[in-house]
Amino acid sequence: MDLLNAFVALANFVLIPGLAYGSQLALGALGVTLVYGILRFSNFAHGDTMAFGTMAVILITWWFQSLGIHLGPLPTALLALPFGIAVTAAVMIFTDRTVYRFYRKKKSDPVILVMVSLGVMFIMNGIVRFIIGPDDQNFADGERFLISARTFKQMTGLQEALAIRTSTAITVVTAILVVAALFWFLNKTRTGKSMRAFSDNEDLALLSGINPERVVMVTWLIVAALTTIAGTLYGLDKSFKPFTYFQLLLPFFAAAIVGGLGNPVGAIAGGFVIAFSEVTVTYAWKKVATYALPESMAPDSLLQLLSTDYKFAVSFGILLIVLLFKPTGLFQGKSV
Amino acid sequence: MNDTLKNTLLFVGIAGLIIGTGFVQSWNSALLILNMGLISAIMALGVNLQWGFAGLFNTGIMGFVALGGLASVLVAARPVPEAWPGPAFQAVGGLLMGAATIGLAILAWRRLDKGRTRGLAVLAILLIGFFAFRAVFDAAVTVIEANNPASAGNIGGLGLPILLSWPLGGVLAAGAAWIIGKTALGLRSDYLAIATLGIAEIIIAVLKNEDWLARGVKNIIGLPRPCPVPLEVELQQDPAFLERAAGLGLDPTTASTLWVKLLYAVLFAIVLAIIFWLAERARHSPWGRMMRAIRDNEVAAEAMGKDVKRRHLQVFILGSAVCGIAGAMMTSMDGQLTPTSYQPLRFTFLIWVMVIIGGSGNNLGSVLGGFLIWFLWVQVEPLGIGLMNLITSGLSDGALKSHLIDSAAHMRLFTMGLLLLLVLRFSPRGLIPEK
Repeated sequence: MDLLNAFVALANFVLIPGLAYGSQLALGALGVTLVYGILRFSNFAHGDTMAFGTMAVILITWWFQSLGIHLGPLPTALLALPFGIAVTAAVMIFTDRTVYRFYRKKKSDPVILVMVSLGVMFIMNGIVRFIIGPDDQNFADGERFLISARTFKQMTGLQEALAIRTSTAITVVTAILVVAALFWFLNKTRTGKSMRAFSDNEDLALLSGINPERVVMVTWLIVAALTTIAGTLYGLDKSFKPFTYFQLLLPFFAAAIVGGLGNPVGAIAGGFVIAFSEVTVTYAWKKVATYALPESMAPDSLLQLLSTDYKFAVSFGILLIVLLFKPTGLFQGKSV
Repeated sequence: MNDTLKNTLLFVGIAGLIIGTGFVQSWNSALLILNMGLISAIMALGVNLQWGFAGLFNTGIMGFVALGGLASVLVAARPVPEAWPGPAFQAVGGLLMGAATIGLAILAWRRLDKGRTRGLAVLAILLIGFFAFRAVFDAAVTVIEANNPASAGNIGGLGLPILLSWPLGGVLAAGAAWIIGKTALGLRSDYLAIATLGIAEIIIAVLKNEDWLARGVKNIIGLPRPCPVPLEVELQQDPAFLERAAGLGLDPTTASTLWVKLLYAVLFAIVLAIIFWLAERARHSPWGRMMRAIRDNEVAAEAMGKDVKRRHLQVFILGSAVCGIAGAMMTSMDGQLTPTSYQPLRFTFLIWVMVIIGGSGNNLGSVLGGFLIWFLWVQVEPLGIGLMNLITSGLSDGALKSHLIDSAAHMRLFTMGLLLLLVLRFSPRGLIPEK
């Protein structure tokens, strides 16, 4: 029995990766939930918008790197992030003006808007593949580890190591800052309040003189920032591949629905629920169990409930359970 | 210009495009477009049943198509004697045990009184069932996969004629649709879309990872041909055929590939005609009118005593079965099952583009959309490369020019999106609108 080593192994392989992945999912799900709350449709183009925003950041990062601009131990991508957000925001406002506004004015059925977002998805996907190609891109630089496995072992003298990668730390810190800023904006500023009013009751908001076009524009700006940040953090932490970003659509939706569509707090909670379930169900528990249990009970098998290839099945399973037993989600969301 | 004339002209236009491909490029590629166009038209008919008739937004088409492909393998692949019947039955038995566990848990949830006992009982059933399932199933899988992994390692097929797999693919897809429909129908339209999107991904993940089933990413190759279609090699050794080919002035290789594709086209056209006829009959029947009434106003239809949930389940199963049939046909034509080739953009969303552009709610429109969009999907790539060569002809050779020409292949996604947006905006009812 060696509970300390068991805990370190658990933290290294489950808690910390789950925390980073959960932060990335939470940011993505916030974007989905905001579009749903304000514009009232499920945005299927979300994953590909994220790929587009990340691509913008990557291109600017490469340009900075070629100019010799670096952030020292931090990845250069952080410096490129604001510019990437600006580009993505411009594209999203343009998309809204040319595509979505027409259907909003016509008060089309939400399902038509979902179709329209499929069209946008194709176009974004095409643009991303056209500019940067369908392959993996690596753009992380700077210091790789905050605490490397070897340093940790030397520091503590334990058998197991707890390595903290810079990208993980940056992900968590950035996510906390972004979420704090978003909630401050939604709860304290005039524009934020008008957004919440618009989300709660459109007609009443219009009656009290809120300009819907402005609310929509601000929403797209925030969504652009959230998706670009989420995509960049995911790319730094794992890697950038357009198809993977498209596939993230499912965990995003799952997180947003589990938390309650249209509810920002729910989206964050949902992100972590999905992330931790995915990691715990697909992790092989043999190592932790070997440390935690008495020697005579040490397991022979890997103790893995599902292979990692089925992580979609996990987010999907949770989604299904929530939809069947509590369709409005853990935190009261809309069920229009 | 009346409708019949307009529709005829549209179809003549498509035929012209395909025949033009024959003259400009080659008859082989023209026939290939025709064959895949026929299959796409069947898939579009299936989606039109769900969306056009009943307003169900299914984004899991890829999964049903893949299940149809799996049916082809299970029916027609060479049997693997080492895995058959013992271990194969054990694996299937294990799966059935898993299903029984879930069924039992659902039963317990429904029958027992609400309270802590119910939760504990259901949990106990699930846990015991899970470990029993893993014990039986894992043992069987180990035996099956240990058998000659380089060429087999799966349960193999039944070695029956592959034509049988077409209806069976439909049945397999219908079975999956029943399970999905039971859980996901009755949710809001976008929830159904998200749920089906997830299920399709899971079906593909199963095909990729369960090596015992259809060898996963090691792929199944060399499936037999359907009944009247011979192998090219056989044709090339058949003196009567060689004589006829020579009479037409064709060399044996071209003649044999053309003849094989032509036979496939005839087979597919027969299936398309049957399904189209059935779909048209359904549309003009009282059942079809009821479906449209439900689509247009669920509350009113329910007030008239229609069982909306049941009808939705029914049409969802029917549409998915049609997609499964098309999937089995496609796998028979390819002669192989490659799980990695199933991409949602190609097998789910492209079919949606076909239905919307053709005209949702109209069977003829779906068929037209199937042919037209498939033609564009194939031809935009060479056109894009040609266009890009023209645009960049002024540029000096370098990294930018080669990058632009290399990426031109991705233009087709962009084109499909643009087409979809243009049609939704300016002609939302499609090329052949519903009457």
